[in-house]
Amino acid sequence: MVSLTVNGKTVSVETSGDTPLLWVLRQHFKLQGTKFGCGIGQCGACTVLVNGAVVRACSVTIAAVDGATVQTIEGFDNGGDAIAERVKAAWIAEQVPQCGYCVPGMILSTVALLRKIPNPTDTEIDGAITNLCRCGTYDRIRKAIHRAAAGGAAP
Amino acid sequence: MTEPPRIVNLSPRLSRRALLTGSGALVLGMHLPLLGAGEAEAAIGTNSLVPVNAWLKVSATGVSVVSPASEMGQGVFTALAQLVAEELEIDWTSVRAEMAPFDPVYANPILGGMRSGGATSIRAWFLPMRKAGATARQMLKAAAAQVWRVSPDSLVLTTGLISHPPSGREASYGALAQVASRQKVPVEPPLRDSGRWTLIGRSLPRLDSPDKVTGRAIFGMDVRLPGQLYAAIRHCPVYGGAPARLDDSALKTSGGGYPAGVTAVVTLKDAVAVVAENWWLARSALARVAVAWAEGANAGQTSAAIDAALVRALDPKDPRAVAIAVNRGDADRAIAGAAMTVEAVYRQPFLAHAALEPINATASVTASDCELWLPTQDQGQYPRLIADALGLRPEKVRVNTTYVGGGFGRRFEADVGLQAALLSKAVGKPVQLIWTREEDIRHDYYRPASISRVALGVDVLGRLTGWRHRVAGPSILGRVNPGAIRDGVDKTAVQGIADQPYPVPALHVDFVRAETGIPVGFWRSVGHGANGFVVESMIDEAAAKLGRDPWRFRRGVLADKAPRALRVLDLAAEKSDWTTPLPAITGARRGRGIALHEAYGSVIAVVLEVSVFHDGRLVLDRAVAAFDCGQMVNPDIVSGQVAGGLLFGLSAALTGKITFERGRAMQSNFQDCRALTMAEAPPVEVHLVSSDEPPGGVSEAGVPPAAPALTNAIFAATGKRLRALPVLDFDLRDG
Repeated sequence: MVSLTVNGKTVSVETSGDTPLLWVLRQHFKLQGTKFGCGIGQCGACTVLVNGAVVRACSVTIAAVDGATVQTIEGFDNGGDAIAERVKAAWIAEQVPQCGYCVPGMILSTVALLRKIPNPTDTEIDGAITNLCRCGTYDRIRKAIHRAAAGGAAP
Repeated sequence: MTEPPRIVNLSPRLSRRALLTGSGALVLGMHLPLLGAGEAEAAIGTNSLVPVNAWLKVSATGVSVVSPASEMGQGVFTALAQLVAEELEIDWTSVRAEMAPFDPVYANPILGGMRSGGATSIRAWFLPMRKAGATARQMLKAAAAQVWRVSPDSLVLTTGLISHPPSGREASYGALAQVASRQKVPVEPPLRDSGRWTLIGRSLPRLDSPDKVTGRAIFGMDVRLPGQLYAAIRHCPVYGGAPARLDDSALKTSGGGYPAGVTAVVTLKDAVAVVAENWWLARSALARVAVAWAEGANAGQTSAAIDAALVRALDPKDPRAVAIAVNRGDADRAIAGAAMTVEAVYRQPFLAHAALEPINATASVTASDCELWLPTQDQGQYPRLIADALGLRPEKVRVNTTYVGGGFGRRFEADVGLQAALLSKAVGKPVQLIWTREEDIRHDYYRPASISRVALGVDVLGRLTGWRHRVAGPSILGRVNPGAIRDGVDKTAVQGIADQPYPVPALHVDFVRAETGIPVGFWRSVGHGANGFVVESMIDEAAAKLGRDPWRFRRGVLADKAPRALRVLDLAAEKSDWTTPLPAITGARRGRGIALHEAYGSVIAVVLEVSVFHDGRLVLDRAVAAFDCGQMVNPDIVSGQVAGGLLFGLSAALTGKITFERGRAMQSNFQDCRALTMAEAPPVEVHLVSSDEPPGGVSEAGVPPAAPALTNAIFAATGKRLRALPVLDFDLRDG
């Protein structure tokens, strides 16, 4: 039995300890905004925040997050996170999403970046956002991050 | 955030009444008897979404446009909704979109089935969707006229309301939808003149963005059915092989059964799957199943052998192996008599699609029917395929399309949907089959590896005299649609050669089919991607051999024969400051490359700036594209597609290749099947040319110029001409 806090709620799950956090989120907790992309921590589609840090949920076991605080894209639904609200609004203002599969992970990575560096440079963005987008929306992602950093104004 | 217009992605099936039969025909609605006046009055006030015709549902608060095309990122839900809404007199903020269920009525008029691909959606649906909107408008009007017993001419339509000013009566479209759906279908409803368009041509925000930024969008893997099980799969490592022996003893418990939660181990034609109550359990259980494979005829295949076979295919012993695609004038003579000639051989590797959403499908099979939910580009193939495999009647197969997490041509393939259906039948429950990324990369239907030998001649005025072009490689159509091969020519293998924008007086194009045992399929831009690289490299070689500026040389070759191409070429040059030397960067050689391509009724030019550092490091500094796709429905979506296509092409050109040893793909995931990252991607500027030409294709257009713009830039910087891909296979260090 593993207990953790997911999006502010304490939950517990009975499953094999080597099950990746990703599959517990998606299947046990029905939090399907966290996506499976590669299973080896490369693409970032499964990015979540664990104790505030960017983590690839496909590559961390549920046993390793016992007692931790996990935030997924659904954790931003209540509108209570000002940075996340700015990021989501910026994603729409810049019309970033194409297929959209990378988007939740990208947004989690961006929220973590802006919490740490409120106004990142392009180099800092390149260093922090290692998620893959196969549709090639990187240019707009960059603009959206700058827009969110600027409080919603166009970069 | 305010509640956005939601996209209903998993739509309930339309009633047959609302649908049409007969593919491609645009007759709307079945002719039911008109309601009597009393019934019509009674029908007013319906609040839920009511289909007016196959393309439009209406409620009291808005409309939902039913998209016949899959939304895989190309923005088609939004663009098609714009086309319908244009004719409707409706507030855009009340417009939503939803995916059509499979029905022959939704057959793409260009592709001839319910399919999405080939950059066809706007070209195919530009007129039909507007007609659908205009038809619905007429039927709504007729409904109001019937209910109020007034002349249709006395009615006024404004933002979702129909009013009758003389009597002051007013009703929403939604209130009239039920009655409207039973009106006679107008045959040729008048369409709004392009000068009065208020939605077409505007960069309206995408309808799917709100669901995508919240994680609410339902992709294939997000489908959940009551009692659903999950499956993991392992294919024979060699294409064409099959399971020979299966040993599940390591999976079994001491009692002899499978562990709790593991339902079944299922053997398929070319794979073994485990079905379990969750996917991780299925995957872990599959790892404990040992399979001996009958690897079959391709077990010895290697990339070295494939390359040697392709080289041999350039000069086949049997001349009948050469299929002539185009033979215009005497190309050999025109080249022999030219002032200057260039001849070269170009090679390209197999490429994987690697869409971000792994391959998956969900199926629910009962004794009498099958229902599928999946991200697919080809709904239309499933009913017959599944019916044959499961012993059902095709009309008992229903296909629901989810959001598609990247298609790129891969999701034309029927493999995963059929597998899911077979697994569901085997266990008697709904099953969601998810391939791992490794299974995806190793068992793709790759862009064909190919080899091309080209000779061209240029006269003293710098114009092409002749062009001779041979492509040798595997055939996509030979696998997916052999009947489409004409006189030995797979037209997808020679796309972008005969139809290049440059005028060529004498042209000979032929194709030598050389199968390798590796399965090939459609990959974003298909033959245009491969041949665009070769054609634009050859033009660049000619410019270099003459010592001419690559942009000015191309202008001369185009002369006055291709004004659209010349316009985008000049625009790309202007916006990229082509004539201004690049500022020096310490430790780097810098260069610009230019490339032009025409396809799908659109034309694009790209300028790429690179820095090649002395240690061989390559940096893509900037990309500038100029694009003319004729009339645009949503310029911002067009711009995003062009930029995305360009990066997709650059990603492949830089790093993409799938190689084979012992019949096995040597790449398996993003660590060795690399994709361009944020840090590696250049900033992209897209400049759109406004145009009155008919709408052209958009979503694939950015791919073909990507590789040649890159390699031409590398040549400009270093003097090294790359005649093969990917770029990262080459040593770009000084010397």
